[in-house]
Amino acid sequence: MSGSRERTSVGHASVAVIGAGVAGLAAALALTERGARVRVYERAAALGEGACSWQAGGMLAPWCERDGAGPELTAQGEEALAWWPRHHPATVQRGTLAVAHARDRGELEKLARRSGAGQWLDGEGIAALEPALAGRFEHGLWFAREAHLDPREALHSLAAALGARGVPIQFHAEVDAAELVADAVIDCRGLAARDALPDLRGVRGETLVLRTAEVAFRRPLRLLHPRHPLYLVPRADGRLLLGATVVESGHAGPVTARAAMELLNAAWALHPALAEAAIVELGVGVRPALPDHLPCLLTQGRITRFNGLYRHGFLLAPWYAQALARQLFPTQEARA
Amino acid sequence: MNPLELYGRRFHSRLLLGTANFPSPERMTAAVHAAQAQILTVSLRRTAVGGEAFWDQVRGLGTQVLPNTAGCHGVREAVTTAQMARELFGTRWIKLEVIADDDTLCPDVVGLVEAARVLVAEGFEVFPYTTDDLGVAARLLDAGCRVLMPLAAPIGSARGLSHPCGLRALRAHFPDVPLIVDAGLGLPSHAAAVMELGYDAVLLNTAVAQAGDPEAMARAFAQAVSAGRTAYLADPIAPRDMAAPSTPVLGMAVLA
Repeated sequence: MSGSRERTSVGHASVAVIGAGVAGLAAALALTERGARVRVYERAAALGEGACSWQAGGMLAPWCERDGAGPELTAQGEEALAWWPRHHPATVQRGTLAVAHARDRGELEKLARRSGAGQWLDGEGIAALEPALAGRFEHGLWFAREAHLDPREALHSLAAALGARGVPIQFHAEVDAAELVADAVIDCRGLAARDALPDLRGVRGETLVLRTAEVAFRRPLRLLHPRHPLYLVPRADGRLLLGATVVESGHAGPVTARAAMELLNAAWALHPALAEAAIVELGVGVRPALPDHLPCLLTQGRITRFNGLYRHGFLLAPWYAQALARQLFPTQEARA
Repeated sequence: MNPLELYGRRFHSRLLLGTANFPSPERMTAAVHAAQAQILTVSLRRTAVGGEAFWDQVRGLGTQVLPNTAGCHGVREAVTTAQMARELFGTRWIKLEVIADDDTLCPDVVGLVEAARVLVAEGFEVFPYTTDDLGVAARLLDAGCRVLMPLAAPIGSARGLSHPCGLRALRAHFPDVPLIVDAGLGLPSHAAAVMELGYDAVLLNTAVAQAGDPEAMARAFAQAVSAGRTAYLADPIAPRDMAAPSTPVLGMAVLA
């Protein structure tokens, strides 16, 4: 054991962050903004490699995602709507549009009730927002304040912001929290932290990326269905991310035929022109989840475990990263 | 109250719960406790690889696990899934689903009878997910099933008893076979109605898992199952077409 470390002032406090997914990078930035000297260690060779953040949808949807999670998810997630545009200017705030086929209308009503938000639209209102959906749906819900981003670009923005503040990200760095020389260690290893968090489990998610010039969408769409819900998030260059399965499995193997068929089937039901789109990517991520499906900030000595972001990495990382920074350095004001 | 007996095992709870589609394992655990459920179904089809962490959570609840073959479309697929379930959970129990159609999730009763025969021969104790068809029920019993699980309405539909006469006829034809309604219930009143018909138990999943408050809904269903069972045992009065005054009317003034 090393001797006691004296934390004279925040300006001199050193923090090691392990893991360069969205949790690690957001934590590193929030700590840097509070004046800490931060280093980030990542075992992969490049940004995003092996991180489930790389496979994320990138929807900042504190109302649509509330169902089943509770009001704290909305309250904490709203922070993301302010934080991401500051740190990733390409964040797009055009809301989310949820639609359902006539026989699944009850799913829309449930979403309206449980989200406590959402503006009802008729067919014309839907077409005004998304001309490609003209004539296809009679009822929809619009969540005007929600936003979306491309998670890969957003991770690069965070890494660039850290670089600009002189925070190094060391790749190929397989490190042990107990052996790092720093005043505080933030463990953001995701699923790899099961050695320290025995309740952590993996929940598999499969996604597809399509590319088409035939139809374009301006905002994330959700097609509600009791068994096969689908979301579609527009990306640059006519690409569309389709997601995502939620399978109780920690297996990271390739996308299954069933998952691909279900996602494509739902996409086809959303718009038949998608049947002609090119499949440009099949993605698998295994989300780190705790039993309550909410993130944890668990401090044990100088090590804090920041984990369990489950399906809500980009939505919840900003709130938890700032809570972490306040917890470690309560007296210091953040300077963004 | 007399216990529920299934393949020689006894249970005081007559509410079985499925474990799919809860908002989180923590809320599933709370619902299982609120329901006082002693039997939990677990789906294997999609989680056969890598599902250990979730199964451990289910096992940790200390209840009897009833693995199912949900999502299987043919005899071979269902049999293989059942064999896998026996290995993984160390139980001979299997809730047998052979699905005919992915949209309606209605059972393929022909495949069901065939798969039941194969599995019983391999030593399984089979809980077949079936319709209220009396002929199919007889075939399943011939195949060696000792419990039947008819649907009340399509899976996840929350419609309640779509064909109460059929369920009543099944109960009347097979008075000694444990009958468990599986699928289609949405409200506690549906569960109470099933139990009032003399059914032995109900199995729920979506109605609890997808409720806004799964724990509270599980408790409400447990109360309804208990109320319905108590009412059945209390020998309800028969319905009549005319009023049946509870005091004599002879000698009272005749109202114009």
